[in-house]
Amino acid sequence: MVVELGHYALILALMLAAAQAFFGLLGPALQRPRWLAAVPSAACGQFVFIALATAVLVHAFVSNDFSVKYVADNSNSALPLFYRVTALWGAHEGSMLLWILVLSLWTLALVANAQHLPPFFAARALGVLGVISCCFLLFTLLTSNPFARLIPAVADGHDLNPVLQDPAFAVHPPILYMGYVGFSVSFALACAAMIEGRRDQLWAHWMRPWTVMAWAFLACGIALGSWWAYYELGWGGFWFWDPVENASFMPWLIGTALIHSLAVTDKRGLFKSWTLLLAVTAFSLSLLGTFLVRSGVLVSVHSFAADPSRGIFILGLLVLMIGGALGLYAWRAPVMKSAAGFDFISRESFLLFNNILLTIAAAVVFGGTLAPLIADSLGLGTLSVGPPYFNPSFLVPILPMLSLVALGMHARWRRGGLGEARRPLLVTLAVSLLLALALSLGVYAHPLTLTPIGATVGLWIILAALLDPIDRLRRGLRLPASVAGMSIAHIGLGVFVLGITFVQSNTIERDIALKPGEAAQLGAYQFRYDGGQDIMGPNYEGFRGQVSITRNGAPVSVLYPEKRRYWVQGTVQTTAAIAAGFNRDLLAALGEDVGAGAWSLRLQYRPLIRFVWIGALIMAIGGVTAVIGRRREQSLAARAALPLGAAGQLRGEGGTP
Amino acid sequence: MTPRRRRLFWVLGILAGVGIAGALALRAFQQNVMFYFDPSRIAAGEVKPGQRFRLGGMVEQGSLARTPGSLEVRFVVTDFRHEVPVRYANVLPDLFREGAGVVAHGRLDASGTFIADEVLAKHDEKYMPPEVARSLKQNSASSPAAAAAGEGH
Repeated sequence: MVVELGHYALILALMLAAAQAFFGLLGPALQRPRWLAAVPSAACGQFVFIALATAVLVHAFVSNDFSVKYVADNSNSALPLFYRVTALWGAHEGSMLLWILVLSLWTLALVANAQHLPPFFAARALGVLGVISCCFLLFTLLTSNPFARLIPAVADGHDLNPVLQDPAFAVHPPILYMGYVGFSVSFALACAAMIEGRRDQLWAHWMRPWTVMAWAFLACGIALGSWWAYYELGWGGFWFWDPVENASFMPWLIGTALIHSLAVTDKRGLFKSWTLLLAVTAFSLSLLGTFLVRSGVLVSVHSFAADPSRGIFILGLLVLMIGGALGLYAWRAPVMKSAAGFDFISRESFLLFNNILLTIAAAVVFGGTLAPLIADSLGLGTLSVGPPYFNPSFLVPILPMLSLVALGMHARWRRGGLGEARRPLLVTLAVSLLLALALSLGVYAHPLTLTPIGATVGLWIILAALLDPIDRLRRGLRLPASVAGMSIAHIGLGVFVLGITFVQSNTIERDIALKPGEAAQLGAYQFRYDGGQDIMGPNYEGFRGQVSITRNGAPVSVLYPEKRRYWVQGTVQTTAAIAAGFNRDLLAALGEDVGAGAWSLRLQYRPLIRFVWIGALIMAIGGVTAVIGRRREQSLAARAALPLGAAGQLRGEGGTP
Repeated sequence: MTPRRRRLFWVLGILAGVGIAGALALRAFQQNVMFYFDPSRIAAGEVKPGQRFRLGGMVEQGSLARTPGSLEVRFVVTDFRHEVPVRYANVLPDLFREGAGVVAHGRLDASGTFIADEVLAKHDEKYMPPEVARSLKQNSASSPAAAAAGEGH
């Protein structure tokens, strides 16, 4: 009975989403200001019912209600309580519910900040969000209802995929979705601006914080996913150019371009139509990502559900929403043209380069991800595209982009040249070059030519990002949140580049069969296999090996890699053991018993791999700093500038939400 | 420079950049794209000598042999019409087993043995790589064993 309540709540949410779309879009169009009052109420109501539906599904999981098909497929009474809750997003139906829940959360956030926006504009944006919500609620109710009953009920469930029984999996999908779906707000604001045909650039000012927040969430989500794949899939890679990874990476790349082009539009009123196009593209790629992951058209480690009819439904949605937005763009963008010039070496032109190169990079990923699908549908044979394509092709646009970051940060708006920043930039470049050579030849001796180049670029970005904050602090000036945020994010980028450079060029991997007492040498580290024993877990049994690592005879760490067999599904799973360190990770994973008392082992040494995830995290922190800090500064400035009591009047004039 | 000429300069520069990037990406794509073949198409001589490709099919029951105490394994991949012997010297994935679908990356050597450098079987046990399922289905007309294997998924 409770389960049917959840289903019913979802239907009510659909009705409210329809109302939100109807009043939000038609109220302003038909000049009915009184209709607008219904929009925020519909959005809040929608959130309440979606939250209720989610709570009902969680309850079904917690209470082991195996008469619900989704619960029976993805849970088991032996599953620990924590994973019974996170099993909610363990498969397709529940992830769609999570998608919708996250969308309604973003909608709620927009409602809460709508008083800063003109009423018609806010209503239109909420109306567009209502349309998206309608589509996804319909999709869920019609093709992937998580509340569908299983008659007759089974005694026990089929269990959650063991790969997903992991703490990182509890946070990775929600945070990733916060990013993915967050671009829907940028999309809605862009659509509202286009519908109104606004000639000003205020919409860019309003869109900026939303885009940066979504982008920061997406960066965290991708980093978490990569970290999870690294230790949970057991074989030590952190990025596979898998279609599902690419699906989240493409919107992130375009989102990065969008943040930078929004800065130009907001500050200088340039690039307006390009910015709008990027906002539409970022969300379209999020939708496409959902399509790629959920339709099962692409072979992927992540595609746990595959059902072509859903794919067709999503394809229809894609055509409707992307086509609609692009049509709107073709109609309105010419009205919103911007006319102003800038010099060749100015902030604007560097940001233009940033945008072009990031877009090319996204196109490279897009081409590689969709090529198998296109070749297949044209009858050109079944092919696959892997890292040998992605790695070099991605570097072609990204390396120039990264080399320009330091210059772009210090170029002046509009005027030509670098001004007084020229000398410190040259000094930092020289220092980075020397440090990079010392690092790549001294510490991490390796013949790759790309290593010193990557290291120089990474170090230069970090040092150049520090110039401005240090200069301001030395002169006793305040550091505005926007500058602090930008510097932090760019430092994160530099850290990330350093990590990628060294982990790509200096990783040592060995697959080897070892008998107890035998050892293998990886660089300076010696891995000795000491044997192992059988173990028993709450819902699995297995074997645990012991590997002792020494460096020049001094003990470093003892690892206990496991091989588990989960009872319910009979799945065998490798659980790698990792000795994590600031400057290197050491990994040991068990293969199998290869006879004669030996086990096959996979052993790895990965330098600076933590920098990859820490870098992404710092980037996200930079974004959040800029948004939250700026908001505080503005409210403080507003309070200081106006006499007491008048501060409220500032609202509605279009401040930053 | 007049604004008009400057804009032309910009557009040409950007087009050249995009063109170079596109050409490089296409080159990388052509060199690194991997086609999929099943044992029947290999028997028909469709694979060029030395070409790196993806081999897919079922691991034949009872074909897995290992040199005790070493990583070296041999098994046979079949589509129930033709067979290809495979040699591999790395750690096999968790879901690799006899009678299950598998995809391997590698090359054929002179004797017709497939030297794999990567073996994939990383999905749940219900899962059959779609290309393997499809080629089994195509072959099922002539072989009841393949039909049974294809139906099971």
